[in-house]
Parts: sequence; C-alpha cells; structure tokens
Amino acid sequence: MPAVQETVDQVRLIDVDQYKYGFVTDIESEKAPKGLSEDTVRFISAKKNEPAWMLDWRLEAYRRWLTMREPVWARVDYPKIDYQDYYYYAAPKRNALASLDEVDPEILKTYEKLGIPLREQEMLAGVVRPEGERRIAVDAVFDSVSVATTFKEELKKSGVIFMPISEALREHPDMVKKYLGTVVPVTDNFFATLNSAVFSDGSFVYVPPGVRCPMELSTYFRMNEKNTGQFERTLIIADKGSYVSYLEGCTAPMRDENQLHAAVVELVALDDAEIKYSTVQNWYPGDANGKGGIYNFVTKRGDCRGDRSKISWTQVETGSAITWKYPSCILRGDNSQGEFYSIAISNGRQQVDSGTKMLHLGKNTSSRIISKGIAAGRSNNTYRGLVSAHRKAAGARNFTNCDSLLIGDKCGAHTVPYIEAKNASAVFEHEATTSKISEDMLFYCRQRGMSAEEAVALVVNGFVKDVLQQLPMEFAVEAQKLISISLEGSVG
Amino acid sequence: MALLEVKNLHVEIGGKKILNGLDLTVEKGTVHAIMGPNGSGKSTLAYVLAGKAGYEVTEGQILFDGEDVLAMAPDERAAKGIFLAFQYPMEIPGVATMTFLRTALNAQRKRRGEAEFSTPDFMKRVRDTAGHLGIEQDMLRRAVNVGFSGGEKKRNEILQMAMLEPRLAVLDETDSGLDIDALKIVADGVNRLRSPERSMIVITHYQRLLDYIVPDVVHVLSKGRVVKTGGKELALELEAKGYAEFADEAA
Repeated sequence: MPAVQETVDQVRLIDVDQYKYGFVTDIESEKAPKGLSEDTVRFISAKKNEPAWMLDWRLEAYRRWLTMREPVWARVDYPKIDYQDYYYYAAPKRNALASLDEVDPEILKTYEKLGIPLREQEMLAGVVRPEGERRIAVDAVFDSVSVATTFKEELKKSGVIFMPISEALREHPDMVKKYLGTVVPVTDNFFATLNSAVFSDGSFVYVPPGVRCPMELSTYFRMNEKNTGQFERTLIIADKGSYVSYLEGCTAPMRDENQLHAAVVELVALDDAEIKYSTVQNWYPGDANGKGGIYNFVTKRGDCRGDRSKISWTQVETGSAITWKYPSCILRGDNSQGEFYSIAISNGRQQVDSGTKMLHLGKNTSSRIISKGIAAGRSNNTYRGLVSAHRKAAGARNFTNCDSLLIGDKCGAHTVPYIEAKNASAVFEHEATTSKISEDMLFYCRQRGMSAEEAVALVVNGFVKDVLQQLPMEFAVEAQKLISISLEGSVG
Repeated sequence: MALLEVKNLHVEIGGKKILNGLDLTVEKGTVHAIMGPNGSGKSTLAYVLAGKAGYEVTEGQILFDGEDVLAMAPDERAAKGIFLAFQYPMEIPGVATMTFLRTALNAQRKRRGEAEFSTPDFMKRVRDTAGHLGIEQDMLRRAVNVGFSGGEKKRNEILQMAMLEPRLAVLDETDSGLDIDALKIVADGVNRLRSPERSMIVITHYQRLLDYIVPDVVHVLSKGRVVKTGGKELALELEAKGYAEFADEAA
C-alpha cells in the first residue's frame, strides 16, 4: 500500500533542514597541521604527554594503516575520502583545566544549548527532579579533547575511575596498557587502525571488583571544527562482579563539508560483570540533497572475557550521512551473554549500514539481537549481522529479530544476516519482517484527531517499543523525542 | 438547525461513480439509520464524511454546523466532533490502547485550544468509561486492536467514541461479525452515549442492530442515493420485504 501523500511530502521537507544542533561554536582552536603523516602522529602524542610506548603503538598502527585499503563491502556509496584533507587534531585553546571555571564560556554555552549539564552544583542543586531520576556523570569531548568530566571525586569514593583516556594514560598507564587494543586489535580494520594511530581523546572507565557503579556514566561528543576528524577511543573495564551503565551522545554543526568520525570503543567484562552501553547518535546527517554530514565509521566491540559476564549494546541511530557501525560481542566466557538492541532511522539521503556480530566461543553462551530499521525519504537502511558459533561453543543460543519499516516509496530497507554454526548443539533463530506504514493505519489515527506527524510518530514509536524499553529512563524519553523530530515535517 | 447537511453529493473512486446525488439532513440529538444492500454506497458515505483519501467528490457539499467539511483535513474534522467507528478497525503494533486514546484525546483538545488532561484525570476517565463497556484493564494495556477478537475491536471503537465525546458519531456496520451477546454490549454502550447534544448515523445491512439501537429516522440507500426515508418501522418493512423493491425505484 502506498504511504499517504502527505507523509511523503513531509518527509521531503524533513529533518535534515531542521537539525537542531547545527550551530557552530565560535572559538579559537589549536590544530595539528592538515593531513596525516608520522609527524601528525608524533604531534598528537606529544600534545598529550604520552609515554613512549604509546607513541610506538600509534606509529606501528600508522605504518600498518598505510598498507590497508578502505573496506567496500558495505551498502553505502560516497565519494573517495582524501585523508590528507582533514585535520587530525583540533583543541580549543586554554587547555589543561583545573576546574570548570577555566573552561571557555563559549564551550559551556555550547553544552548548555545541547542540554548537557556540566556544572555539578547546578545538577545537584538544580531544579526539581522528576521522581526516580538518577544523576549522570558526564565526560564532555569537544573536537579532539575532553573539556570537562563531572562527579569524578564522588565516583572515586567507590573506586570507579572515570576520566579522559589521555589522562588515564598518564595516571593509570599500566591499566591502559593491559587492556588497550585487546578487544579491537590495532590491525583490526582500516578505520580502527586509523583510529589507533591518531585517536585524541575519549573516556576511560574502570569499575573495581564487586562494585555497582553508583551513577550512569556518560560521554557527550561534539564535533565543532571545520574539516576535522574526530577519533575518540573509549575503553571500559568492568572487573569481576561489577556493573556499569554507560551512555553516549553525539552532535555536530551543520557544515557543507563532510566531517569524518572514526571511533573505537572497547569493552571488557570479567567474571560475573555486566556492562550496559547505550548510544544516541545524532550527528549532522547532511542537507536534503545529501550535501555535508558526518561520515561515521565506528568499531565497537565488547569482550565477555569472564564466565557469566554480560554485555548489552543499545543504540538509537538517527544522524550521520554515512553510518558504518557494528557493535559486537565476543562471548568468550562460559555462560556469557550478549545483547544488541538497535533503532536506526534514515531520512533524506542518509545511508546506514549497521548491525552486530555475536561470536559464540564459550559454552552455553547466549545472544539476542533486536533490530528496528526505519527508512524514509531517499535513504537506504541496511541491517548486517553475523552470528557464529565456534566448534567448542556447545549449547550456543541466539535469537535475532530484524524488522524494517518503510515510509514512502523512494527509500530502501535491506537485511543481510550471516549465520555460521560450527557446533551441532547451537540453536540459532532468525526472524525478519519488512512493512510499510499503511495509509489506512494513518487515516485511522487521524480520524481520532492526530495530525499527520503525530500519527507517524505514534506508529513509529510503537514499532520501536521493544528497543526503547532497553534504554535507561532519561535516554528513552530523549530518544522518543528524537524519533519524532527525525520523522516530522515542518508542519505544525 | 441541522447539525449535518449533505447536499447532492457525488463521489467517485478511481473514476467509478459510487454516490449519485445523495441528500441527507441530520438534526442535533437524533439517531439516523442508513440501510441498504451491499454496494449501495453506505461505507463510502462514512469515509467521505471522515475525509479518507482516494474518494473524489465531483459535486455537492457537506456542511457540519454550517461549515464546509470537505475543505477540512481528517484530524480537523475529528476535532470538530466527527467520529467514525470503523467497520474494520486498524491494528497498531506496539502502541498501548491507553497511549492511543490519550494521544488522540489530547491532540483534539489541543486543536480546540483546551487544556490537555493530566495523567490522573485521564486514567480515572478511561477506567470509568472502560468499566461501563465491560472492558478489562488488561485490554487497555494491549496494543491497539492487536490480537483482539471481533467483539473486542468493536467495543474498543465504542470506548474511543465515549472518550472523545463527538457531536456526530458515524457507526459503520458496527454489528458485523458480532454474536448476539457482543451486539448487546456494544448497543448498550452506544445507547449510553445518546444525548440531545449528540447525533448518530448508524449504518447497517441488517435490521437486527436497530432492535437495540432504536433510530429516530431510517433512510434506505440504493445506488448511491437515498431512495426512501421513514420512521423506525421502515426498518421492519425492509426486514420483511428485502431490498429488491428499492433497487428498482432507484433505477
């Protein structure tokens, strides 16, 4: 059935023209010379006062990267990227801050505009909180550096380390050295190797044995500078029997040029530990004609290294011109569990190729994948997923459910599942559906008084409900709003 | 003054004529039954009143409270007080019936410039209303019409009508697919909503429903026109004689 004409019209007008976070912060910044070379790598490492082994690690990655080729298997199409045309390091001047008072007021204003509170006292004393709302510790990354990390002291009391990774390299070098690159090896893939060479900041989290992290941890990434790449690196270690929930949010200004974002996230869960990682990705998607927008090439992987450990990925992807992202789980420990819950919305000319890998290595490991793709406008939305059971992974179980929803008739939804079971006792289930928002369904809603936008938002929110339920409360509300904004027209 | 006036309405679907100069006047507070054989244009009338896309009005007009209905979007008509109880209510996966009701009610109120209902007020209202219709709390939590029986779907339509309090309710073959017990519950729900402020158009193929919802006026529709209008006894006459006679009159 064709989608309602009005819906199609709205989708044409869409979101990409209404990107709320598209403002630019006018601030002086210090940049590495344009382009990428060994000197760039040395420049970044020197800026961060890194130990010598870290520089060697980076240089090795850089040399390796020179021999690698950009992957072409994803269902995305974009002009060839000139890697010499980007700045690999951009930092607001007045760095190395002792307190928030030293943060450039322009940056504080930026985060205020984005609705991210950076002042602890404001958060603590702040307005009346809705019942049950928890406090969130925030690490704010602006272009290549972390500008503020909140609640550090309070977290320290429970033994939790939460700081920019550049700081962790100086303060806890042994710990970083022990885990960095053990989940996503330096040589893993073109973008991850590039990241290993030039990553500038990101968050480091360590939760000691038996500790349940007392608050949500969150990193907010903002790309401001023109022609820059943001290469953040996040490393989270949950020691035996610990628990941590981590949230990640991203936005960028509207620019005609494509900005490059190649992040690496590594999670390590030891025996009985649990990590819950949630993302709301709202990078600038480009304009209605596909001009500008973020190229988002991200490698996220979690290692359930210990027995009975659990890693859960939840993502709401609404932004970026190109998305290439597969948050995965290595189920190494016996009885470990991996989960992937995803909502990917594409509109305008956006191209999304996203999914997950669940690699079952240990005995009685289980995984669950729920993916909801929504395509509108002239976008393409692909789910790509691998579920595999190693020869020794006796009793491996997976359940996969991939649903796609089409709005209009110029978009595409694709599902590419790979399933490999090398152990006869593995039980893998795969369900997939593709549907269209029917004209009849929207008419039913509108007859009850809802506007066309309200009707689409209601139907889509119903479609993604199973995934929204997985998000922490504060994020679920934000995500729900974001979904409505991403699909709304300019009417009303 | 008449609440609804349909004048010389001509409607086509994909070039095919369905309504051929239909006239209908509904006074405030009255219940009108529209009967007629299959294909006479009953459901088309219902959809055109509600504003469904794909129905081309080639001639005539519809006035609601003196205003031109055909110029209004479906949600605008709903906010003005036109409600359609669907013959085949749609399923909306993942959206709780409660959420649906609240979104609809508040959307209408917002459009009319009225304050939105607070959560406790809304909950109380929906519980009371559901109670009268024999609707379990569990049904309110389930996704709209998903996995509902035929009777539950129709009861859900009446629940929506009761919550939205329209000025004109159009019931499109609400009796279809219902056994006698379900029919009684639905009819009881409708009768509770009869008021001097509310008009109803009850569309049905069979006289049976009119034993329970007794109309003030009965119209017979044939080939896209009203061919006979009378009191409630007209329905009984139709039951006895069938529609054959009217098919000839229209021709």
